[in-house]
Amino acid sequence: MTGEIAVELNKVRFAWEQDIVLEIDRFEVRRGEKLFVGGPSGSGKSSLLSLLSGVTVPAEGSVNLLGQNLSSMSNVQRDVFRADHIGYIFQMYNLLPYLSVLENVTLPLRFSKKRNARVTDAKAEGLRLLRHLGLEELTERRVIDLSVGQQQRVAAARALIGGPEIVLADEPTSALDETNSRAFVDLLFQECENTGATLIFVSHDSSLAERFDRSYLLGGEEA
Amino acid sequence: MSPYSLSLKSMKHRMGSVMITVVSLALGVALLLGVERIRNEARYGFTNTISETDLIVGARSGSVSLLLTSIFHIGNVTDNVSWETYQKIERNPQVAWTIPLSLGDSHKGYTVLGTTNAYFEHYKYAQKRALVMAEGKEFADTYDAVLGAEVAEELGYTIGQQIVLAHGSGELSFVEHSENPFTVVGILKRTGTPIDQTVHVPLEGIEAIHLDFNNAEGHLHHAGCNHSSHQKEVSSLDAFDALLAGDEEVDLTPTEITAFLVGMKSRPDAVMLQRAINTHDAEALTAVLPGVALTELWQVVGVVEKILFVVSVLVLFVSLASMFGALMMSIKERRREIAILRSVGARPRHIVSLVLGEAMLVTLAAIALGASLFYLALFALRPLIQQRVGMWIEITPPTSTEWAMLGIIFCAGVLIALLPAWRCYRSSLSDGLTIKL
Repeated sequence: MTGEIAVELNKVRFAWEQDIVLEIDRFEVRRGEKLFVGGPSGSGKSSLLSLLSGVTVPAEGSVNLLGQNLSSMSNVQRDVFRADHIGYIFQMYNLLPYLSVLENVTLPLRFSKKRNARVTDAKAEGLRLLRHLGLEELTERRVIDLSVGQQQRVAAARALIGGPEIVLADEPTSALDETNSRAFVDLLFQECENTGATLIFVSHDSSLAERFDRSYLLGGEEA
Repeated sequence: MSPYSLSLKSMKHRMGSVMITVVSLALGVALLLGVERIRNEARYGFTNTISETDLIVGARSGSVSLLLTSIFHIGNVTDNVSWETYQKIERNPQVAWTIPLSLGDSHKGYTVLGTTNAYFEHYKYAQKRALVMAEGKEFADTYDAVLGAEVAEELGYTIGQQIVLAHGSGELSFVEHSENPFTVVGILKRTGTPIDQTVHVPLEGIEAIHLDFNNAEGHLHHAGCNHSSHQKEVSSLDAFDALLAGDEEVDLTPTEITAFLVGMKSRPDAVMLQRAINTHDAEALTAVLPGVALTELWQVVGVVEKILFVVSVLVLFVSLASMFGALMMSIKERRREIAILRSVGARPRHIVSLVLGEAMLVTLAAIALGASLFYLALFALRPLIQQRVGMWIEITPPTSTEWAMLGIIFCAGVLIALLPAWRCYRSSLSDGLTIKL
């Protein structure tokens, strides 16, 4: 599958209250690629994530994910597309406190028929992913009893369940110390390789960049 | 993917504030149901106090006051109907039956009603229901008494009990007809009408005790009593002589009664007879159609029930407002939850259904809890209500009006959640996946 284009942005201009916050002439990510997106704050990292997750559409240009143009879709279609094809990891507080760890992991399967169809048994698949991430003892634990590092790993499991083609991570290591942060990136790589998912990892911590296949600097040039 | 199980779990997480909302709404629901039930029971009890009687006849007065004194035993009797006039109307060929009523005495605060056995035969209440003896039988002797259900229950009387009537109404009567005790021969089944609080004795019994009373104690007048016997002193010297002579054959036919009820052979004739009685020249009388008088009376009493109803609607309104406040507050707390759900693929309509689902569950829980509270309170307070107001409230499933009210409350609860739901929808669109706190 590598070689095929998973994400493609063409002549994209994105404005927020008339100020142009993001201007990208060309942006491409191949399937299975692990891309690091860096840049100082205010360089448009969160705008890029909103475009890639289909929450917003650009004023000009096109956003193509898996060969489909997001701009031509309706709001509902984009929501369904996100549910089916994108795993998302926040900076922190990824989990719903009223669900158990396992329920949090299987949550995307409730909203996506496609991802649900790829999994024969939601609970077993959730447990398998948690085991992979070294969290098998925490499955029935309350979310608030987990450390930040553990919470981020649960979030990774949730982003990966049902095998979405694209995983978007929004500064997922910014709340972790260096050791935990390296361990988290390792696990994320391993799981993405297992499912063949494309990883777009947004972070201001450029020390992580060297470990990725490629990095893209916003407000600068491709390195 | 059921948004309701998510809604349930989310609510469980915010148990404390959700419970407060549910309980405050439930209290509003219970209050509204309670007021509505009492309102209806009062009206029902009211209009069912008398049935099948075509006319109530008494001395000239307003129709409401005649109804109050003769049927509800409220207020003092001011004037009477002469026995001759009563007999004249009784003999009218169109009249099927009559029941004479003589009021003015009491027993431990309960009204004493002088009447005949026609009362037990013809008096009907609540859609043609006749009076039924729980124990014993009708009058057979001058000094027999038949008790209403509550009198017997409250005072613990059984058949054979000797009771002494007091002069005038009220619990504190100083003058008792103690030399003429009555014997309880019958106890009526509960009716839910003032009959339950009444001691029934034969007309002759009333006559007899007052005759003795006057003769033994002389010229005494008592508030609340104007039995004809008291005005007989001068004219009934014969009876006095007869008593002194120890003659047992004293005439106990009354000269006056308080009022009487008339049943016609043919109902439409009642209006004609009413007109005839109201324009009767020889004696100033009033005849009223019970249904008309009851409606008139209810219009007076009904104002109170309307005020009660308005108050309970206001209480419910306040509790709905508090639910609205709680929902609006929870939206602020839930912006992170919404962003997370959006990131895993929830659509804005899922978010909206989460808020609406919560409102529905809260309202349903409040309705269920409110209804349980209402029935519990009804069950617990029913003896007290009966004792104080004389109204026995049956525990029955909600009426169609009550169901409609609950339906309206449910709709109001969901309607109120529309604005918070819309706000959630908007913020789920504008916030997207970025969590703005």
